[in-house]
Amino acid sequence: MPGGAAFITGVGQSEVGVGLTRHPLLLTLDAVKEALTEAGLSLAQIDGVSTYPGRAAGYLGFSPIGADELIDALGIRATWYSGGGEITSQLGAVVAAAMAVRSGQARHVICFRTVYEAAALTRPGEYPIARTAQVDGWHQWLSPFHAISPANWTAQYAMRHVKRYGMTREQLAQIALNDRANAILNPRAIVRKTLTLDEYMSARMISTPLCLYDCDRFTDGSTVLIVSAADALDEIACTPIRIAAMAGVVERHSWDQSEWMSCYPTGADLWQRTDYERKDVATAQLYDGFSFQAIAWLEALGFCRPGEGGAFVEGGRRIARDGELPLNTAGGQIGAGRLHGFGFAHEAVVQLRGKAGLRQIAGEKRVAVCTSGGGPLATALLLARD
Amino acid sequence: MPARRPLPKLDDVNRAFWTGGAAGKLMLMRCRDCGTFLHPPRPVCRICLSENVAPEAVAGTGIVDSFTVNHQAWYPDLETPYVIARVAIDGAPGVFLTTNIVGCPVDRVEIGDRVRVTFEQHDEIYLPLFEEVG
Repeated sequence: MPGGAAFITGVGQSEVGVGLTRHPLLLTLDAVKEALTEAGLSLAQIDGVSTYPGRAAGYLGFSPIGADELIDALGIRATWYSGGGEITSQLGAVVAAAMAVRSGQARHVICFRTVYEAAALTRPGEYPIARTAQVDGWHQWLSPFHAISPANWTAQYAMRHVKRYGMTREQLAQIALNDRANAILNPRAIVRKTLTLDEYMSARMISTPLCLYDCDRFTDGSTVLIVSAADALDEIACTPIRIAAMAGVVERHSWDQSEWMSCYPTGADLWQRTDYERKDVATAQLYDGFSFQAIAWLEALGFCRPGEGGAFVEGGRRIARDGELPLNTAGGQIGAGRLHGFGFAHEAVVQLRGKAGLRQIAGEKRVAVCTSGGGPLATALLLARD
Repeated sequence: MPARRPLPKLDDVNRAFWTGGAAGKLMLMRCRDCGTFLHPPRPVCRICLSENVAPEAVAGTGIVDSFTVNHQAWYPDLETPYVIARVAIDGAPGVFLTTNIVGCPVDRVEIGDRVRVTFEQHDEIYLPLFEEVG
């Protein structure tokens, strides 16, 4: 019977690296197998597939595998599937899957995100990046001004925090320092070496105020989350994690026409959809493709007020693994790799299950928040272990 | 030789914006019924859904709402550093343009600076760049 909540059951991740040679379909398979094993499911029980953003034909490294290809390649019989970029950012694929199982269209949905951007750089013949002299759609408002990277677009929001609210580089650095400290305890992280504040402060600028260490880097790997229906949990071998609330608010879908990035309305909306409160959150896994996005998400989710994110993370104690709000405990994208949103949900589930090994947070672990995107697109999920 | 700028593909809706510089004018789409400026330009007003919209010249001045100094060479021959800014356009509430601030040292630019449009021609396309006023 449809209805009720949706649950994240099995989670899996492939090898994660920079310049991998294993085929991206096989990396996806590795992650699928790990998730199936944890959930105690077989592929025959999978009847849905969801991904973001689908196969990216013009930039294969960004997303080399589509939902339809995975269905065909693994012999899945799907009663529902979805894959596309016009959704509330990466974890929007999980939102879609949750709605599918709640409405009875599917019982167990494989949600995946496979990235191959580092490998693509080394094999441009196989994985070309289309670079056109002519741009249309929303790119036309940015690219002609050599505002070519999301680093540039995010940097301008970060600069407002520097100039209006007094955010310092030392404050911003805490995201990268925390990520790198946590990544050391994550066997799959792409960087497992301490970053010091001195190294951060002397790093070259990418796009002010963002320096090299404020940016994630191209990564290869696949992450899978299986979303299961409430009435299918008797088939599951692991502790199900309930999706207690989902939010994704978009108004302008623009990098430059909004006063505030879309994480702000999204974060506020999340709390309208649950009885849980911020104090219930044991850990926050917040998108940090650029460090500033995690600061914005902290504000957006109301852990501090807008403009106070820099002060909130100052010194790093509060967001450390043993702090009051452990943040990005697997190393975030800056430490663990640019798994593009899915890594945050994966880590939230692992922490709630108490399976994070050396990086496991202490104390009661019942509720976690995870997010993806934050600029023109944003998704926030509140996860609960009942 | 500096890196070539990717250039917009012209169509009936965006042409006035990208070619207005030929006449020295910064042209923004505006709803003739409710007066809202619409950017990016579209053939319908996002406030009142009127299709009675048309490009209209604005003063071409504005205020730096935010900026960044880009140091990364994203592609070969890209000369760095340069300033990318988001400019709030005078007389068009809610409209911001991503642009470059040119004609001054990159460390001269600050939020709140008053700027004025200056067009950079690429055949029929005129990119609205901005320079500091005073």
